[in-house]
Amino acid sequence: MESEILRIENLNAYYFENHVLKDINLKIPKNKVTAIMGPSGCGKTTLIRCINRLHELSPGARVSGKIFLQEENIFDMEPMMVRKKIGMVFQKPNPFPTMSIYNNVLSGYHLNGIKLSKYEEERIVEETLKKVGLWNEVKDSLHKRGTFLSGGQQQRLCIARAIALYPEILLMDEPTSALDPISAAKIEELILNLKENYTVVIVTHNLQQASRISDYTAFLLLGELIEFDKTEKIFTVPSDPRTENYLLGKFG
Amino acid sequence: MERQIYKRILKDRLFKGIIILLSFLTTLPLFLILFHLIKNGISSLNLEFLFNLPKPVGEKGGGIANAILGTFILILISSFLSIPIGISVGIYLSENKDKKLSRIASLVVDILQGIPSIVLGIIAYLWIVKPMGHFSAFSGGIALAIMMLPVIIKSTEETLKLVPESLKEAGLSLGAPYYKIVLFVILPSGLSGIITGVLLGVSRIAGETAPLLFTAFGNPYMNLNIFKPIESLPHLIYNYAKSPFSEWHQKAWSASFILILIVFTLNILSKLVVKRWKVRF
Repeated sequence: MESEILRIENLNAYYFENHVLKDINLKIPKNKVTAIMGPSGCGKTTLIRCINRLHELSPGARVSGKIFLQEENIFDMEPMMVRKKIGMVFQKPNPFPTMSIYNNVLSGYHLNGIKLSKYEEERIVEETLKKVGLWNEVKDSLHKRGTFLSGGQQQRLCIARAIALYPEILLMDEPTSALDPISAAKIEELILNLKENYTVVIVTHNLQQASRISDYTAFLLLGELIEFDKTEKIFTVPSDPRTENYLLGKFG
Repeated sequence: MERQIYKRILKDRLFKGIIILLSFLTTLPLFLILFHLIKNGISSLNLEFLFNLPKPVGEKGGGIANAILGTFILILISSFLSIPIGISVGIYLSENKDKKLSRIASLVVDILQGIPSIVLGIIAYLWIVKPMGHFSAFSGGIALAIMMLPVIIKSTEETLKLVPESLKEAGLSLGAPYYKIVLFVILPSGLSGIITGVLLGVSRIAGETAPLLFTAFGNPYMNLNIFKPIESLPHLIYNYAKSPFSEWHQKAWSASFILILIVFTLNILSKLVVKRWKVRF
């Protein structure tokens, strides 16, 4: 396996009395796309929300175990620090509605009180919008509000906002499930390009999507990690019968 | 069969007719009031009335400049006190729905909204006027601020509750500190609702007489010192209307017209704010 960037050790998560994640052990390889798939309610979203400690917002949530980001346990770090290093894209596009496209891209800097020169700002905006393939579409309306864009464009803007901070890992929680097929295809293409510079962890319950874009796939079922391997292997010769049943559509 | 359908259509029309009639009837009082005010008030309305001080009974002319200015000063004092507190409490209530303190605070705000304004006036008298030894615009401003507070708190809370959780999560996932997310993401998203709440709060207190009887007290002269008694439109109307002089009655009508105009403007302004600054999520 390639060099790992994130290591999850014996992660358990609970919402009140609900045991949502059970003893998860997982190593996320660097500069690869790792897909987390499984039927609804299996804990996929909880898992990635634990990775940037966003689960702490939910009342009654608690975890045990460790998650190492390059040998440092994120539960010993400041949550703000963790989240700056591990960006996130959500299910529904959520650009900041009161900010322009330009300020949305830079919002990570502004909200963290990082001062940039005008030149630096413009460079980051152009570079990130080019990375997400939005530059040509919005370069003449950078100072308009981001909410006037289409859903797919908004989602790419949200990806731009996350990667503008150069995070080490980009978490994506079903980023295409609220989009039309054409916009979804664009996002998938974008994810493939992103792995040159970023490590992507994507939650999806679209099997085709997982097989198209990911290098590694984790299969979760009822809070347990059933199988984790190269995507190729999972989709051709899964070692666990439950994975096979899921892929064959017997449940889920 | 056919007869039944005709019967239904008839009932349907009747129902619609009643709704339209009742909606029309509710607008009627407002128009009657406006008609009456314009009819009685317009005759003595002129620039002199707006910019001059009152004259003693028997002398011709004179205006209500002190009351108009006094009303604005009272609004300023109470806004200055209640807006920062109201918005802060509103933020707290919308952000901490399940905390014990927020449940208690929410209940207190509801009760505060129901306290009769005359009681607030007496309270302000006991708390401020008595220790200070004299009536003042300041004490009136405090009584009005307490009246305004629940309006601002409620509207801030309700607007901020509508701001989607996903925006907060987006901010947090960028590593931003909580206070910056509140100030630069959540508050701007709810700004139109908050401003509307403030304007409605102002229009609620602008016409209040009772809290001012024992606090601002009234003053026939021009006064800009907030620690001295001050005149206000509603108080002047109250005074003039209960006087035995018909020319003062006339002036009370004109002053009422101006007061209604102020409140009306505030209401239209708040509608415009909602229309223009409404944030789409």
